Amino acid sequence: MLASVLVARTSRRSTAALWLLRAVGLLAVLGVLAPILVVVFSWSSEQTDIWQHLIATQLGGLLANTLTLLVGVGILVSLLGIALAWFTVMCDFPGRAWFEWLLMLPMAVPAYVMAFVTLGVFDFGGPLQRFLRDYVGQTYGSIDVRSEPTVIVVFSLVLYPYVYMLARSAFLSQSSDTIEAARALGCNAWQAFFRVALPMARPAIIAGVSLALMETLADFGTVAIFNYDTFTTAIYKSWFGFFNLQAAAQLASILLLFVALTLFAERRSRGGRRFVQGARLQHRFRFAVSPLTAWMMTLICSVVLFMAFVLPVLQLMLWALGAGAEQLNRRFFELLAHSLWLAGIAALVTVILALVLAFNRRQKRRFSSVFGAAHLGYALPGSVLAVGIMLSFTYIDNQFFIPLQRVFGMAPTPILVGSLLTLLAAYWIRFLAVASGPVESSLERIRPSLPEAARTLGAQGATLVWRVYLPMLRPGLLTAAVLVFVDVMKEMPATLLLRPYGWDTLAVRIYEMTAEGQWQLAALPALALVVAGLIPVIISIRQSRH
Amino acid sequence: MMFRVAARLVAILVVVGLAACGRSTPPADSASGPELVVYSSRIEQLIKPIFDDFTKETGIRIRYVTDDAGPLLARMRAEGENSPADLLITVDAGNLWQAAELGVLEPIESAILARNVPPALRDEQGRWFGVSIRARTIVYATDRVKPEALSTYEDLANPEWSGRLCLRTAKKVYNQSLVASLIVALGHEQAEQVVAGWVDNLAVAPFASDNKVIEAIEAGQCDVGLVNTYYLARMLADKPELPVGLFWANQQGDAPAGRGVHVNISGAGITKASKHKAEALRLLEWMSGPTAQYDFASLNQEYPVNDATAPSELILQWGSFSADTMPMSEAGRLQGEAIRMMDRAGYR
Repeated sequence: MLASVLVARTSRRSTAALWLLRAVGLLAVLGVLAPILVVVFSWSSEQTDIWQHLIATQLGGLLANTLTLLVGVGILVSLLGIALAWFTVMCDFPGRAWFEWLLMLPMAVPAYVMAFVTLGVFDFGGPLQRFLRDYVGQTYGSIDVRSEPTVIVVFSLVLYPYVYMLARSAFLSQSSDTIEAARALGCNAWQAFFRVALPMARPAIIAGVSLALMETLADFGTVAIFNYDTFTTAIYKSWFGFFNLQAAAQLASILLLFVALTLFAERRSRGGRRFVQGARLQHRFRFAVSPLTAWMMTLICSVVLFMAFVLPVLQLMLWALGAGAEQLNRRFFELLAHSLWLAGIAALVTVILALVLAFNRRQKRRFSSVFGAAHLGYALPGSVLAVGIMLSFTYIDNQFFIPLQRVFGMAPTPILVGSLLTLLAAYWIRFLAVASGPVESSLERIRPSLPEAARTLGAQGATLVWRVYLPMLRPGLLTAAVLVFVDVMKEMPATLLLRPYGWDTLAVRIYEMTAEGQWQLAALPALALVVAGLIPVIISIRQSRH
Repeated sequence: MMFRVAARLVAILVVVGLAACGRSTPPADSASGPELVVYSSRIEQLIKPIFDDFTKETGIRIRYVTDDAGPLLARMRAEGENSPADLLITVDAGNLWQAAELGVLEPIESAILARNVPPALRDEQGRWFGVSIRARTIVYATDRVKPEALSTYEDLANPEWSGRLCLRTAKKVYNQSLVASLIVALGHEQAEQVVAGWVDNLAVAPFASDNKVIEAIEAGQCDVGLVNTYYLARMLADKPELPVGLFWANQQGDAPAGRGVHVNISGAGITKASKHKAEALRLLEWMSGPTAQYDFASLNQEYPVNDATAPSELILQWGSFSADTMPMSEAGRLQGEAIRMMDRAGYR
């Protein structure tokens, strides 16, 4: 698309620009593919022994667990995300303007933090069940919360904001007159939602849900806290238990295949459909709802917000206070600074790369679907991806930099592994998928006639990009940057393995504390992580209001 | 025109990239001599004070990176002879055994280490050495269980404990090593029966951490459990009135019943790739000496490997125990077999 618009008058410079775009895009894709290839090459050796054992004992149960989890989380995040987005965009109810942005906050709570807070509050030994046993009766206070439904709810509470944010911006960008036209043609509010708004928002919603599902699929830390076994359990068992990284990578590649097929199928089913929007109106149309319904909406929003954000933050604050102020030392602020700094640069780099990839994909040339491979980094369990990246970068070190150092008579030391560059690469390799969702769906919503009109008015090249594309892409780019920023702050395995000496972050501290089962001591860094994650969320909300 | 836009994007990337490279360039070895690099799966809080003391005493600086043993080992292997790591520290024997199997650790001979570290707690070929002992034993609810009713790990598989036992997940290496010790002491068949008996006796599904096991006993969810002693010590330090007691398993009678408490180690080995082997050896020897041994004991309530150093005051109240003398390398060798056994028994 962009190509046909921008390169209508093919000049030498714009051809050069296209090649440059393509080169950077390919580089980004190569970065993602390298660790994935490492994983796929694990099939070069047979690990029949472990496979037989897994199939004989656990694999069936693990697959069933994983599938239940995916279905459960998929349904719950869709319900929460879409319903809440629809309420806050299209209906009037008390507190709407507040909930509109408050409901994004749970995104800043890492799933593993939500998990250990949930256990702390609701487990058998937690305050709630103790209270029930002491004051209501023994039988009410003996529920094992470490069960399937709890795991599903925990994931859904922290992952629904992906769907909510993307669905919300899709609903917002649907012009009111589309809905009004539907109403004028005899649809009631429900029909207008199901037959017009929902299908139009589908690409955004699918993008959000697939992010949530990929995160669930690749998760290890959260399910480990509940001792709930999923497919990643088998991966970690092969690696940490049987010391067999090969078998672990083989298992991981199956996970990857599953995700790749799903993404491909989704793209196919969407086909060539495009939803082009009418003009945006200044005035927003909202449905009038009965007072009862309105208060119900307020109630639903409050409950979700309480469970997903207020409760965990309160519990973290309690624990942090209990752990004492001596934790607030210089080291702590160092960790905080590292987290912010890494997340900031990573967000910038990742969003730029996502934009480059999105432009490349829009060209609809042969092979442009290759750029879709950039999404796969998100589908691997963090540790497996981290090792894949580490192996590919070590390879470059060993094959290129070390011989070079020898030539110049320097002491050979790895240049890439353990450098900040590699850590940043790990972040964009992992989170390109996160950034691509909002970037691509906002690019898709730009009507071809707009740049065409701008061109007839004399805008071209850079002017076209800066004055037409960027302003229209800005909400999407901002959303992408926020998502990546927050995700990088929460990221653990790659940070652990690839950080340069001394570059410990809040997530590293949380890992160290939880590894020793000292969840109370993890509270302060976790709280700081949540609060720091809120900053970009709030900035983006303020921006999107202008 | 478009070229400029694209060029600007690329320029930003390049600048960021250069900045990233620039910031991470390691400081050149300054006048104060060599610097050791340690890959550690002991967390910062439990190892940094020891490094600090070492630096204070010797002037040798230490840089370290902490992570799980699996990823660290993968990194050492990939880096091969170019690895900057001088020392690998883990929190269990299994991973040290594995590192030795993979050939990334250097066999060393040291009279100091031979004197300070008992033979069962180090590799025969001197590729790794224990630096602290972690005992895994029985804990019980003091208000519901009489210590006389307790005896051995095996006994917890008997029907009298049905619905009263709490365990941590089988995914934790501590439990894998414990089951490996059962295999050594009782043979495969009997060990598998014990594990199956444990699973039958579980009050609730296994927990994710030892802390949760202790909390569950305190809250009344179960009566007995198996934990590493320092978890209980830490909780007792916060809350001395905690109604959870500690029982030293397998102290009475002849082997195998009286083989002693199962112990694991946190240990270290010098890497093959190390360019500072003399300094690395100095650190390792120093870690087995009085200052560091005292640090290990007081930082995390673990037991010193060096019997010249006393354990902390807090854990002295539990008295002394005789430890299972199974060589630590067995824990690594049998780890895979132990996991298979636990999988077959349905111990998650």
